[in-house]
Amino acid sequence: MATVTFVEARRRLEAKARPMRDKRMAAADAASLVRDGDHVAIGGCLYSRTPMLLLREVLRHRRRDLVLSRNLMCYEGELFLVSGASRDLVTSWVGIGLPWGLSRIVREFVEGGRARLEEWSHLAIGLRYHAGAMGVPFLPTLSMLGSDLLRTTGARTMTCPFTGEQLCLVPALFPDVALIHVHRADPFGNAQIDGYPHMDLDIAAAAQTVVLSAEEIVDPEQIRRTADRTAIPFFAVDAVVEAPYGAYPHECYGLYEADLDHIDAYARRVAAEGAAAVRAYLDEYVYGPATLEAFLELFGAGRLLRQSRSARELTGRWT
Amino acid sequence: MSYTASELLAVSASRLLADGKIVFAGVGTPLLAASLARLTHAPHLTIVVEGGAIGLEAEPGRLPISTNEMRAGRRAVMLPSITQIFLYAQRGYFDYGFLGGAQIDPYGNINTSVIGPAERPRVRLPGSGGACDIACHCREIVIVTRHERRRFVERLDFVTSPGQVGAGDGRRRAGLLFGRVTAVVTDLALMDFDPATGRMRVVALQPGADLAQVREQTGFELAAAAEPDRLPAPSEQELALVRALDPARTFLG
Repeated sequence: MATVTFVEARRRLEAKARPMRDKRMAAADAASLVRDGDHVAIGGCLYSRTPMLLLREVLRHRRRDLVLSRNLMCYEGELFLVSGASRDLVTSWVGIGLPWGLSRIVREFVEGGRARLEEWSHLAIGLRYHAGAMGVPFLPTLSMLGSDLLRTTGARTMTCPFTGEQLCLVPALFPDVALIHVHRADPFGNAQIDGYPHMDLDIAAAAQTVVLSAEEIVDPEQIRRTADRTAIPFFAVDAVVEAPYGAYPHECYGLYEADLDHIDAYARRVAAEGAAAVRAYLDEYVYGPATLEAFLELFGAGRLLRQSRSARELTGRWT
Repeated sequence: MSYTASELLAVSASRLLADGKIVFAGVGTPLLAASLARLTHAPHLTIVVEGGAIGLEAEPGRLPISTNEMRAGRRAVMLPSITQIFLYAQRGYFDYGFLGGAQIDPYGNINTSVIGPAERPRVRLPGSGGACDIACHCREIVIVTRHERRRFVERLDFVTSPGQVGAGDGRRRAGLLFGRVTAVVTDLALMDFDPATGRMRVVALQPGADLAQVREQTGFELAAAAEPDRLPAPSEQELALVRALDPARTFLG
């Protein structure tokens, strides 16, 4: 449950100056905007356009007691549980995908009472962010009626004052911080996304603080020439981090496919060895490489090019 | 001609989809079934997935593993936000919704959340994802799953996705004004729901299956006609096409 009411969220937002200033900063500095105990909304969906660089930086800061929310939670949830950064996940689904089955880590933590997984339906999560983005306390839906999710979440029902029908109400979610990876942004934070928008426009507008990583930082004039493509306006953004391959090993639409070999190797090792495998992964891929360059060197140029070529084929940009 | 249970499921499910309709499909068997339908009897079937793609045409041999990756958006006509896709479902645009499930009860309610108490589950399952929303909003909900006694249970530990909800007009009383579960397709049988009791019943048997076997693999009382119909076996063409969609057998097993 969000602890911030829509009134408090509005007051917090009004208290901040929002000039069109240069917001570029290093990933480590941007990640320091996440504080212990924050509710952090993660952009993208599952292994698509996940802000992996920003998430690694937050883990490197050794934050504690974070609440993580995401529409579908991929293995980044496992990294945060095992590292001790979070014990609270808010999502509609957790795992990597059908071929990999249930998450052993999430099972161990939740079944052992060491973590809480707050499950909403996928639309309910979307409407909670959307209500936040709208600045209203809740939104009505027919989703979750007849489901036990109505009982286990903070949803409520009401009788529609216009039609007399029953409605499910989902409370607005106002994240403290949203971490979002985009295709391009100018230094002020005007950002454009190619392909699936997922829920990122809403989490950007709902959150108190928004950190963007961008494949490319572009001239503000380029944004002005293509303003119809802008998905997130500067006034919602607090930090802009230049991050080519910033979602890798997850995918970025049109630019690179998810490195499913890497994800598969991780998943197999975790299935066999449990939390020890996650700790080894954290050492090798999160705490070890101090920079984005060092992280990408673990994969090598050949692999990155292969994933890029594959993405261009799929989205018709090379054919 | 021999075939596996997963091939049979994909073929049987594909035959339930009429041309010109819109199907909300998940990855795995639902997307195989919907793609197969487009290649056979339903070339004008539109496939929608929750990651945010409308009208996708998945590339044979390159099926998506998640619905929000690039592969799922191939040749799509629109890539809306996830929330918007579900709002189109709530608005009533989608004819069919495909669901699987860890546990299914006689009323077609599905559990993909927890085994044991919700506060401290014995098994933490992946969760709803969009399944609950598909069940609440699509006009005809089709459940596709392997027929196993541990899946077909009289009482669910948790209702993630509402089917008929309960006896009689249970779904309506829960506030779900639209849609209903129309079919359950398994590797043993095709089932629907008795309008009088709201409970699942056998309509037809898969090739080679008999009623005793179906009942043995079902954990609740299952009504059936004395002589249920027999579903036709998958054709050679259907099998060849479904295998070509998933040559690495990522989803066909």
